[in-house]
Amino acid sequence: MMDLLEIILSTGFWAATIRIVSPLIFGTLGELICERAGVLNLGIEGIMTIGAMAGWMWVYQGGDLWGGVIFAATVGGIFGFLHAIFTVHLGLSQHVTGIGITLFGSSLSYFVYRMLLPSATTPPKIVPFQTYKIPYLSDLPVVGEAVFSQTPLTYLALLCVPLVWYMLQRTPIGLAVRMAGENPVAVEAQGINVLAVRTGAVVVGSALMAIGGAFITMSAFDAFFFGMINGRGWICVALVIFASWRPGKAFLGAMLFAGLEAFQVRAQQITGASIIPYQFYLMLPYILSIVAMVFMARKAKYPHALLVPFRRGERV
Amino acid sequence: MPVLQLRNITKRFGSLTANDSIDLSLARGEVLALLGENGAGKTTLMNILFGHYRADEGLIEIDGKPLLPGSTEAAISAGIGMVHQHFTLADNLTVLENITLGTEPLWSWRQNSKAARQKLTQMSSEFGLVINPDAEIADLSVGERQRVEILKALYRDARVLILDEPTAVLTPQEADDLFETLRSLTAKGLAIIFISHKLHEILAISNRVAVLRRGAIVGEVKTENADKSLLAEMMVGEKITRPTPRSIKHGKAVLRLENVSTKGAATSSSLQNIDLIINAHEIVGIAGVSGNGQAELADLLSGLYQHDSGSIELLGENLKSISTRDMLSRGVGRIPEDRHKSGVVGDMQIWENLISEDLRSKTTSKFGIFLDKSKAINRAEDLIAKYDIRCKGPLAETKLLSGGNIQKLILARALSPNPSFILANQPVRGLDEGAIAYVQTQLLEARDRGVGILLISEDLDELMALSDKIAVMYHGKLSPAFENGSKTIAEIGLMMAGQESSLKGTPQAGAVAMEGAHAN
Repeated sequence: MMDLLEIILSTGFWAATIRIVSPLIFGTLGELICERAGVLNLGIEGIMTIGAMAGWMWVYQGGDLWGGVIFAATVGGIFGFLHAIFTVHLGLSQHVTGIGITLFGSSLSYFVYRMLLPSATTPPKIVPFQTYKIPYLSDLPVVGEAVFSQTPLTYLALLCVPLVWYMLQRTPIGLAVRMAGENPVAVEAQGINVLAVRTGAVVVGSALMAIGGAFITMSAFDAFFFGMINGRGWICVALVIFASWRPGKAFLGAMLFAGLEAFQVRAQQITGASIIPYQFYLMLPYILSIVAMVFMARKAKYPHALLVPFRRGERV
Repeated sequence: MPVLQLRNITKRFGSLTANDSIDLSLARGEVLALLGENGAGKTTLMNILFGHYRADEGLIEIDGKPLLPGSTEAAISAGIGMVHQHFTLADNLTVLENITLGTEPLWSWRQNSKAARQKLTQMSSEFGLVINPDAEIADLSVGERQRVEILKALYRDARVLILDEPTAVLTPQEADDLFETLRSLTAKGLAIIFISHKLHEILAISNRVAVLRRGAIVGEVKTENADKSLLAEMMVGEKITRPTPRSIKHGKAVLRLENVSTKGAATSSSLQNIDLIINAHEIVGIAGVSGNGQAELADLLSGLYQHDSGSIELLGENLKSISTRDMLSRGVGRIPEDRHKSGVVGDMQIWENLISEDLRSKTTSKFGIFLDKSKAINRAEDLIAKYDIRCKGPLAETKLLSGGNIQKLILARALSPNPSFILANQPVRGLDEGAIAYVQTQLLEARDRGVGILLISEDLDELMALSDKIAVMYHGKLSPAFENGSKTIAEIGLMMAGQESSLKGTPQAGAVAMEGAHAN
């Protein structure tokens, strides 16, 4: 018992949590923006995969790291645009299109990877983002090491939380996005193009998801291999519901999940913990997430027009 | 110069001409009523004006300048405001957010909420439209939501305000308040187009009436030269009189609800301690603003869900648990609220829908197991003839029928097994005048044969024309039923708004009010 407590009190645990949470923040915020505009984006898993591949490949081919991030975001945005054409402009099923985008995005990533590196047996490596200690702040006890001694992409993720919140709650374009997810007819009746607002939200959201994918190959690891997104996209979809579509709660939810993840890795290594099979620890974050979701999501104010396609001039 | 001029507007949907070379003009400070039956093309015309649709031919001019067609943005900036029949508000957002959307440049780092709030407050007090800018729409009453819609138009400096069936969702008092507001708006020079099919409202509020029938303007009159029967005849094109009930003594109770409640008593629409008796030879009307529990009551009596406490007695037998099949076999006929969604399956053929409540009987099946198609089709043919369902035959697809004919199909299905109780939920909503008269006649004939009928309607005029007794529903509670005629429209309106005090001391107050009405 004391051992478990020690884990939670250790700085290493918190540093790991922040590291694990970064891609989840990008993915969750990206999904949240799409859904607030009324579009479910189940392409997230594939878009994160292609972001991971694209960013890494950019650097491997000689580009610089930030260029890789921008490239990943662009490719993600293009896939988001594809999703928007099908779901927003043609009004097709958001579920089916999303799963299609995921399958397409994942397969295309592996295909391009194999095409460019046909003979690689062990995954080649790049020099990833390095830790950047923020002056003064990193000297603080505990938080200094846990929060302020991370890679720049982590800082970007943490910065995105208030930014996305501000964008949604305090700017005219954010109001238009929220209204498009609540009642697109109202947006139309105020003289704003619903299709443009929704398309924009899906493109921007997908770009964020792709950066989340790029974080994994360019910051957490230094290589790209198959199956490395490993369901993180689906976790983000669940976190959006957990968060009742609020950026602040999305951050808390992502922290909870990341904390459980970091905890289970450490708990496995405690002597005496081996009487419980390690698979139990592996499933712990997922089970607790489901339980937490049951409590959190019941009273959620979901966007009323989520999943509802809007067609101009259709009789209301 | 007129503020608004429509010239030769034509709009076609496939082979249907929804608007046929329409010319209209509107002057400052004028209220023009646009009268017409459902499907006459009123809403289409206004959607063209507001830029939701683009007309195939014709021109719209505002102050003599042509309006860019098919653009809502252009219509708004030219000074056209529209209050849609179904409000275009986002429930989870605040009043201020709903009003300010689209009034600021989209790409800006911040919203100027302070200035917007100031303008809104100033406007509210100027026009007497009181509203809390920070309230969420979901927490507002229907009347308040409509106020927000009007403010939304005024906020954008509308000079022409279009109101599409604005009183459909209001209590009579709220409608009076709305008329008061509209009068003060026209006094300030606003021009108003008022769309309705309620004649008395049109006579009360408008200066001029334009009548639409089958997409074309069939006449225009000054309101001072018009009366109800003239307008009705112009609207329908022929003289149709609705049936009136003949007096008849009621019989024994067919349905008795005692202290019936349903779960989740916290919401305003779950049923709370309902007492209700419906006798043979009797129509009991349920009045109320929609969403106050009428749908739940209807679902309960259709057997779609269960009550949690209290007792329900049908023909003297206590029903412990209810299923739709029980209700049907016990002789309950049902006319559901939404005839397209829950009344028929549009993609199936007419005969299939006609026998769908009667699958195991000898008339449609072999041994109650196999469907006997030829028998079923024969039976469908009989019903089609008897109930005058206008169609190409029993094999035609149901969704091709008009609303009135779909309702006849449902009537045929509900009435043919000779039910002892009929649940009629909004049976004439959205029908044209001929179909309304037909449905009402059928219901009254059923009553005369001894059927007990529960009539749920949001249209008080309909209830007062047909019912023997009326009860009012508010927040899931049902008032005691009173004899039709013992209360005025105004009194019932107060009950619909939940003002309990009006429920008490009914006989005297009612009698006095009646005398007052006669004196007028």
